Amino acid sequence: MTMTSEPTPAAKKKLGLKERYALMTRGLDWETTYQPMEKVFPYATYEGIKIHDWDAWQDPFRLTMDAYWKYQAEKEQKLYAIMDAFAQNNGHLGLTDARYLNSLKLFLTGVSPLEYMAHRGFAHVGRAMPGVGARVACQMQSLDELRHAQTQIHSMSNYNKLYDGFHSWRHMHDRVWYLSVPKSFFDDAITAGPFEFMIAIGFSFEYVLTNLLFVPFISGAAYNGDMGAMAFGFSAQSDESRHMTLGLEAIKFMLEQDPDNLPIVQRWIDKWFWRGYRVLTLVAMMLDYMLPKKVMSWKEAWEIYAEENGGALFADLARYGIRPPLGWQQACDDKEHLSHQAWSTFYQYQGAAPFHTWVPSPEDMAWEAEKYPNTFDQYYRPRFEYWAEQEAAGTRFNNATLPQLCQVCQIPMLFTEPGDPTRICYRESEYDGETYHTCSDGCQAIFDHEPEKYVQAWLPVHQIYQGHCFGPDADPTSPDFNPLLEVIKWYRMDVGTDNAPYEGSRDQENFQAWKAMQTKN
Amino acid sequence: MSTVFIAFQTNETSRMIVEAITDDNPEAVVNEQPAMVKVDAPGTLTVHRATVEDKLGRSFDLQELHVHLITLSGHIDESDDEFTLSWNAN
Repeated sequence: MTMTSEPTPAAKKKLGLKERYALMTRGLDWETTYQPMEKVFPYATYEGIKIHDWDAWQDPFRLTMDAYWKYQAEKEQKLYAIMDAFAQNNGHLGLTDARYLNSLKLFLTGVSPLEYMAHRGFAHVGRAMPGVGARVACQMQSLDELRHAQTQIHSMSNYNKLYDGFHSWRHMHDRVWYLSVPKSFFDDAITAGPFEFMIAIGFSFEYVLTNLLFVPFISGAAYNGDMGAMAFGFSAQSDESRHMTLGLEAIKFMLEQDPDNLPIVQRWIDKWFWRGYRVLTLVAMMLDYMLPKKVMSWKEAWEIYAEENGGALFADLARYGIRPPLGWQQACDDKEHLSHQAWSTFYQYQGAAPFHTWVPSPEDMAWEAEKYPNTFDQYYRPRFEYWAEQEAAGTRFNNATLPQLCQVCQIPMLFTEPGDPTRICYRESEYDGETYHTCSDGCQAIFDHEPEKYVQAWLPVHQIYQGHCFGPDADPTSPDFNPLLEVIKWYRMDVGTDNAPYEGSRDQENFQAWKAMQTKN
Repeated sequence: MSTVFIAFQTNETSRMIVEAITDDNPEAVVNEQPAMVKVDAPGTLTVHRATVEDKLGRSFDLQELHVHLITLSGHIDESDDEFTLSWNAN
């Protein structure tokens, strides 16, 4: 029997859900007298968003704190029971293949720290919002995000006992070149005002984008035998349903409160759709290349969760005057290319990443060709087949030249021109006598609107060239000084283990050896 | 017409919830994927507490949906008896 089989106290009580919600989220605040309200809530007005009636805010789920604790506790009990059982039964040996673990290494270093930042962000934004309904919703989301960070760390700590590359995720998040992509996304959001943060995270990230990470990838984790990731992922996404609802509510609320809010909100939707879409480059690669047993292609996931679901959302918001974000069409066109271009980049820079890469096998390439009949054989297969030949000849291609990074999304310049997948896309802007480089029209537009913000970006490659990414014992004057090796050591990667190709890696050897021992004494 | 959807972790409770949804929403389409089940419906979809209780053979608070839910799409309207997803635009 589960806890839920008993009638809830709420069901016995005669107050309805709408009345309970009103009682638990209204009248909890007061007008301040020692200080004027605008000094108590200093961030509520400076972005230009006009709110006339905070009581118009409604949480459609009508979740109150007492019910929140009850259901969250139940989710946690289910989740930890699964994680414990998985660890107790050597669940890792039920994985399809140790290649799978590399998607988790990317997840732990790239995503889990964002959950913690979301916890901080919603705590801050909840404090900054003058309305009680919005504050209660932000408080729940802040707690949810902390839970997500903790459950992900707990779940993946089991793998750290057995496999390489899981050990220094927090240290790496602040330093490693591609991890500045998700990190800078959240840094950008939490340094914005509270309403922009709500659009950035509550709307664009949660509503339009998290489904692509937590639904097909996590379903893929289950498909590949990872009960731990399945449990934390679905448990997290159940909270995301509430977060998406909050994000949608926030946007409707702003648009209904004052017509002057529309152009501000539209600009934020344009910006944050593109910022979020760029971060999803990593997810595209996880779905198409890193899951040994693939559940659906990036293109299929994009069609379901972005084109169909996002399309429905923007059709719905059209009555407020909102149009689909700038960059929407390009993102839809690029679904044919995104994952292939991303995996090619990581393959070349294997030496600088703490997870393993590989050339897709002939069977995997057949899958790619079937899923991407318009692009894979024409543009990407020849590249992978060439690299496979190079590997077979003992001359694996490792790119030792550091890539140029986009000033906004911080991704290496790997994306191609709209309509021409054979030419890399470069954009340039001038600001204060300097030239700044961006990867796309979307990132360039973001830069041009707030150049004073983005010129401050901590770009890992620039920082390496400026000499800021070496440990205290590195000696650039010594004759055998190897700058790239020193950077890898500063990242705390175990050189030759964490950053080795999958073929011949310790993970591969151990997994095969342990699997062989499963049925022997 | 835009599609709304709701997805659950596959388990014995959600099996009954999905049965209740398909009974009450004849246009709903069930889509089973590894470890999850997604139900799509054109325009709107409603979960009725009474139908779920009938399937489960016990009382059911609609907020229990949170425990099994993975994701959803559409505007939500929730009361003690009904949980409805819908898009306003057609």
